[in-house]
Amino acid sequence: MAAIKVHGSPLSTATRRVLACLYEKEIDFQFVPVNMATGEHKSDNFLALNPFGQVPAFEDGDLTLFESRASANYVAHEFADKGTQLLISGSNKEVAVLELWKEVEAHQFNTPSSKVVWELFFKPFLGMATDAAVVEENETQLGKVLDVYETRLTQSKYLASDNFTLADLYHLPNIQYLLATPAKKLFESRPHVDAWVKEITARPAWSKVLAMMNQ
Amino acid sequence: MALKLYGAALSPCTSRVMTCLHEKETDFELVPVDLFAGEHKQLPFLAKNPFGQIPALEDGDLSLFESRAIAAYVAEKFKETGSDLIRHQSLKEAAEVKVWMEVESQQYHPAISPIIFQFFAAPLQGKAPDQAIIDENTEKLGKVLDVYEDKLGRTKYLAGDFYSLADLFHLSFTYYFMKTPCAHLINERPHVKAWWEDISSRPAFQKVASAMNFGEKGN
Repeated sequence: MAAIKVHGSPLSTATRRVLACLYEKEIDFQFVPVNMATGEHKSDNFLALNPFGQVPAFEDGDLTLFESRASANYVAHEFADKGTQLLISGSNKEVAVLELWKEVEAHQFNTPSSKVVWELFFKPFLGMATDAAVVEENETQLGKVLDVYETRLTQSKYLASDNFTLADLYHLPNIQYLLATPAKKLFESRPHVDAWVKEITARPAWSKVLAMMNQ
Repeated sequence: MALKLYGAALSPCTSRVMTCLHEKETDFELVPVDLFAGEHKQLPFLAKNPFGQIPALEDGDLSLFESRAIAAYVAEKFKETGSDLIRHQSLKEAAEVKVWMEVESQQYHPAISPIIFQFFAAPLQGKAPDQAIIDENTEKLGKVLDVYEDKLGRTKYLAGDFYSLADLFHLSFTYYFMKTPCAHLINERPHVKAWWEDISSRPAFQKVASAMNFGEKGN
């Protein structure tokens, strides 16, 4: 049995973030589905793993983690010499650039993109009405963020460097859902962002994450 | 030529139509629509349903959408085969069926659907189900189910002592509802509970139920 376990849902954006990292690093792991419809993520067993009752939870032997970005970051460091190199090594100045773009994903990109995904992808799933005002406000905000990305990606092949890193990987779950909605136009109208989106979503490790839906 | 149903096996609206097709013992082809790629919001699917929702049905040159309209068409076209879902030989019974089809659409569905949405969709983005929305709708649904409890104490099924399209319309959304912590609303009303166990054990529904596993899959 693998020492590494991920508890979550193959459809959950945060779960996918951790899975993407594990596949990039080519690490064996056991996936433990958590049935959130039945409230399993609020059970005592799960709350012992993540007191916030959110997926995913992550285990590596006697280490238990939650928060998808912290879990992925641990994997990237612990298995630095396996699979894809997701970190920047070098001086503090060089490493700081990676930390910067990871923060940008968390504090600039995540909120407006999550709101658009919620309104345009998840709500229509069970016939709930979309709030057009929320969509407009958040698409505008997301557009401003992507303008910054467009400029950055003329200077650098990926966000933090000329190589794919955790900073790019952290964006994948929300990007994937946005591509299934009319909001994909926000990418298509920005050529460098569009090329970057196509590149990172075509990575084989990401395809493996998506394939988990069908198992 | 077989009917073509465009949809997804995990979708309750697609399942509503498939259950009806199975009750009528009618061949059909399920053409998968990739919801996760947004296929339902783009051409060519939008030409089949301008609202960009599954399912859609093609029968030769006839193109339909809205799962209840599709199911009613199927029940009418194949009224001589399989289970009698619309009671076409009795105007009175047929009218009762239509009453309870409307009740499902106007009373039951608006109360049950937000509850399912909160439990199935919210956690996928790390959100807790909105308890205010759940409470508001469990109260509404409870009142609807009180009416059902009374009716089902007098007739075996909603429209009478016969299974009909009105009962069938409830199956797929209730199936998802029963997986949530709110299932007690059904279980604590004995006539409703017995009715649910009866209609959900019908072979035609069993054929579609196993594929209704949104949010559950994993390797």
